Amino acid sequence: MSVPIESPVSYSNVGITRWWQRSVFASQTAYVTLALLLLLVVMHFASPYFFTEGNMQNVAKNFSFIAIATLGVTFVIITGGIDLSVGSMMCFSAMVTSMVMSGLSTPDMPGASLFVHLAADGKTVLANMPGLIMLVSVLAGLIAALIVGLINGFCIAVLGLSPFVTTLGMLSIVRGLAYVVSNGRGSFPGGPDAEYFYGLTSGTLFGMPAPFIYLVVLALVMAMVLHHTAFGRHVFALGGNEKAAELTGIPVVRVKIQVYVICALAAGLQGIIISGWLGSAPANMATSYELNVIAAAVIGGANLAGGIGGPLGAIVGCVLLEVIRNGLVLAQVNSYWQQTLVGVIIILAVLVDRIRSRMI
Amino acid sequence: MITAAAAGQPVLELTGIGKDFGAIRALHGIDMRVSPGEVVGLMGDNGAGKSTLVKIIAGNFPANHGEIRFEGNAVHFYRPIDARAVGIEVVYQDLALADNLTAAANVFLGRELKWKFGPFAFLDHKAMAARALELFGELRSETRPQHLVKQMSGGQRQAVAIARTRLSNAKLVMMDEPTAAISVRQVEQVLSLIHRLKEQGVAVMLISHRMPYVFAVCDRVIVLRRGEKRADKPIRDTSPEEVTALITGAKEAA
Repeated sequence: MSVPIESPVSYSNVGITRWWQRSVFASQTAYVTLALLLLLVVMHFASPYFFTEGNMQNVAKNFSFIAIATLGVTFVIITGGIDLSVGSMMCFSAMVTSMVMSGLSTPDMPGASLFVHLAADGKTVLANMPGLIMLVSVLAGLIAALIVGLINGFCIAVLGLSPFVTTLGMLSIVRGLAYVVSNGRGSFPGGPDAEYFYGLTSGTLFGMPAPFIYLVVLALVMAMVLHHTAFGRHVFALGGNEKAAELTGIPVVRVKIQVYVICALAAGLQGIIISGWLGSAPANMATSYELNVIAAAVIGGANLAGGIGGPLGAIVGCVLLEVIRNGLVLAQVNSYWQQTLVGVIIILAVLVDRIRSRMI
Repeated sequence: MITAAAAGQPVLELTGIGKDFGAIRALHGIDMRVSPGEVVGLMGDNGAGKSTLVKIIAGNFPANHGEIRFEGNAVHFYRPIDARAVGIEVVYQDLALADNLTAAANVFLGRELKWKFGPFAFLDHKAMAARALELFGELRSETRPQHLVKQMSGGQRQAVAIARTRLSNAKLVMMDEPTAAISVRQVEQVLSLIHRLKEQGVAVMLISHRMPYVFAVCDRVIVLRRGEKRADKPIRDTSPEEVTALITGAKEAA
């Protein structure tokens, strides 16, 4: 310290924050992680099949199917907002992607001549490098999500509408659009690039399910962004005290729009991945997934009042939900119990956090 | 002690400042000067025009009449950021801190230090913590940069809010009821924080209702009543009784 402290003002009512009251240790995420580890041990003794490689792969794959969207919605929740439109967004993005993919692969569709043409024997031949159609169609799906995210962000940050109402409306709008463009039937990723698409969405990379790899990469990026960039700090500040954020000159409107766009993109990517696994994008795909996604984020420690949350919590929440689901199946419990149990766990997780923060 | 006379040029000079809200005259013909290193108490009953005056100086809205000179230059503020740019900082009554962030993060909120890696910019945690520690040291506060504001006492929170004004090297700090929400022993700390600012040549305007604190820390007191300045005198030439009389209107002017 460059300035010596003469007569430091001391005050007895201020203790030093102990290490267990700080950072990870003092968070709901820590307690839920502990609960998860406990559950894994219980599962190990309850079922010999639980820790088999096949089942682990299954669990990893299944929770990755909602975890990427959970990362996105966690951003929004940290700012004190909520996004109910993620389920519809998954469906819409997936549908746009598969429609563009099959459209561009059909020679007489508009624009398709850039990508495919009919050979003399009547077969469809690629006019370009392989994989380009897939790239363009995935981009199209993500751009659709981006636009919806921008509209969400604009309504909430600029027009000042409540996030709950705005995204509830968007849930309905986007779902309706998905039915309109598909005429209620759903669409299928087809054409010469479909194999790549299935490989990259439901295949394996380095012996692990591909979605799991994407999840890990995105979670690491998210941790970096949240804790080591000014944007991340502003996201937390916005959730902690929005008025203070404004007074200190943080571009509140811009940050808000950005988090809704991030959330929409994450949901869009998630939807595209799910459609690869399903092999189609039906119009009722991912219905009410927003509840699972928000539940996972909240169980993992994201605070709906804003200011708290992170990628680790989002993933732990998703894993916990999936392990419970998987465990109930292995234990041959009626799978209808799952939903009830998830609700109990949401309330328990928040309750334990409340009791703990009162004790400190 | 630096007095107004010895310091020469005032940091802030208001001439004939007036503000109307429709037909209501909130402020009328306010003249005042604040010198570097001077602590001025701004007093008045509710509705006397204190907050209107503070908001004009802080750039929340412009005055209808009169002129503001800052360090000798005429200035026009349209937004708070304009006032901040020349060196006017406000410590708000609720302090405007984000509870979920650390002390250092709050000090640097909106002005983060970064290091660049290609096109990416990352927070420079070390530099921010070191500078925050330095600022808390200058204020002789035991506040630790890495602690969460949530777990801090009222006095420590004040230190964080005041350290933020030191970060930008503000020349005029306006404090709106800094002793409102804290305990008696923490008031001591806040008053000593004001002394630290004074030592460093910062002009302080203290907006408060609490007579003892104003008399303990201010060099001069200005009393507003019904939008007009009723008194502006060195603290040693007046008494709490006189100021009370001026605030309530028992005495018209002094």
